[in-house]
Amino acid sequence: MSSTEQEKLMTLPKKKLKILNWLWVLLFVAGLFISTNETKTDLGALFANFGEFADIFLQMLHPDWSYLVTVVPLLLETIKMAILGTAIGSVIAFIYSLLIARNIVKNKAVTGILRIIMNIIRTIPDLLLGAIFVAIVGIGPVAGVLALAICTFGIVVKLFYEAIETIDPGPIEALTAVGANKIQIIVFAVLPQVITYFISYCLYAFEINVRASTVLGYIGAGGIGLYLQQTLQIFDYPKTGTIIIVIIIVVVLIDYVSSKSREALMQ
Amino acid sequence: MADSAVKPIIELKNVKKVYGKDVVGLKDVNLTINKGEFVVIVGLSGAGKSTLLRSINRLIDITEGDILVNGESITKAKGKKLRTLRRHIGMIFQSFNLVKRSSVLRNVLTGRVGYYPTWKSTFNLFTKEDKQRAYDALQQVDLEDKVYSRADELSGGQQQRVAIARVLTQNPDIILADEPTASLDPQTSRRVMKDLQMLNEKHGMTVVINLHSVQLAQEFGKRVIGVRAGEIIYDGKMSDTPASTFDQIYSGGDQDE
Repeated sequence: MSSTEQEKLMTLPKKKLKILNWLWVLLFVAGLFISTNETKTDLGALFANFGEFADIFLQMLHPDWSYLVTVVPLLLETIKMAILGTAIGSVIAFIYSLLIARNIVKNKAVTGILRIIMNIIRTIPDLLLGAIFVAIVGIGPVAGVLALAICTFGIVVKLFYEAIETIDPGPIEALTAVGANKIQIIVFAVLPQVITYFISYCLYAFEINVRASTVLGYIGAGGIGLYLQQTLQIFDYPKTGTIIIVIIIVVVLIDYVSSKSREALMQ
Repeated sequence: MADSAVKPIIELKNVKKVYGKDVVGLKDVNLTINKGEFVVIVGLSGAGKSTLLRSINRLIDITEGDILVNGESITKAKGKKLRTLRRHIGMIFQSFNLVKRSSVLRNVLTGRVGYYPTWKSTFNLFTKEDKQRAYDALQQVDLEDKVYSRADELSGGQQQRVAIARVLTQNPDIILADEPTASLDPQTSRRVMKDLQMLNEKHGMTVVINLHSVQLAQEFGKRVIGVRAGEIIYDGKMSDTPASTFDQIYSGGDQDE
């Protein structure tokens, strides 16, 4: 009797399988099948046409290097768009973050309303923004810059105001006691604590923007994306290949430099 | 009594502070502190020492009553008027409250910020005299070799002395010190208390300190105020205060709760 009891304690008790868990699994599997049927997803098509994919891929593997003359200036335009968009968006995000940080603006009505506006802006996807601005300012890089500026705003404002809210409140208290006004408190007590975060977030937004700006051209918002679409449409895969290779190289390079600088900043 | 030395500089009149709905911070406190005094406030944690001190420069808004600083009501002051009054009141904190990522010099210079218009201070346009003043202040606390160090490179005691240099640069009439030695070792604590004594004796500043340590209070204080459960239960000269009084102040905390 006692030995069996001891044995019970020694061995790991088996976890009881609940029927409810099995029901969940069944529900998910059924849901998967229903949605596959509903959307008429056919994985077979991918494999059936795999030969074609391989063909395109092979053509792209023989890039048309003479096309570089056209691609490089376009790429530069894309990067310029990303830089301008990041700069404009960050400046707005900087001011906006200070206005919605609750340890700086004590009025909850003000911060509340501004936060709702921020959240609405953040939900708009970049391609939709691009389309909207193409409709407003016409086809060209200006639309792209504006779309990127708002994307940047959405990324930076959220990260930055949260960083502001986590600062050490001590220096704010000290500056208040000294008789400083609101702006002086921000300059002397808040910014020294968060400015490196801000720069880091801007670089992060820039990384995203370089990638996003290559796609924005698709909808006519300037940059290299337009040519990506055109070469694809006329099945000129060697040229498409050139564009893609150049984009990959630049994005990887910028990501690397940016993340290294962010690491250095945070030390 | 025409002597300017007994001019009241801080006056609390029927000051009451209630936190939230029913947590009493201070109940009906009346207190007059004269120019040039060195006052220590003692009492248990939560007795209301911090509330009392912070209501003087209005880091905390009081619920009822009035507080006069240099004869002017700080409770009624707003905007620029409030900032000008605060300029005359320096403050030392338990956690030093330096900007850790800024240099020592910049931290000390923040003491002058209240004297500058916004745009000038924003672009760091401090006058030569003020920079010299900041450097002189650092010399007085023996930290002149740390001018350009980042504040977080300094030890706790050094940081508190930078805070004292900041107050010295601010050149206020009154210094409020809220547990200035609570996070320091005994030796460093004594050093900080000596610096505060120097501000009082050499620069004629009125000093009001919240202290935990009875020993430091007895060594440095000239006037003792005992606080318990939001009330002043003792007020007298240190030289007339027997050790048993401290026992009384620190006892019975539970009974009142």
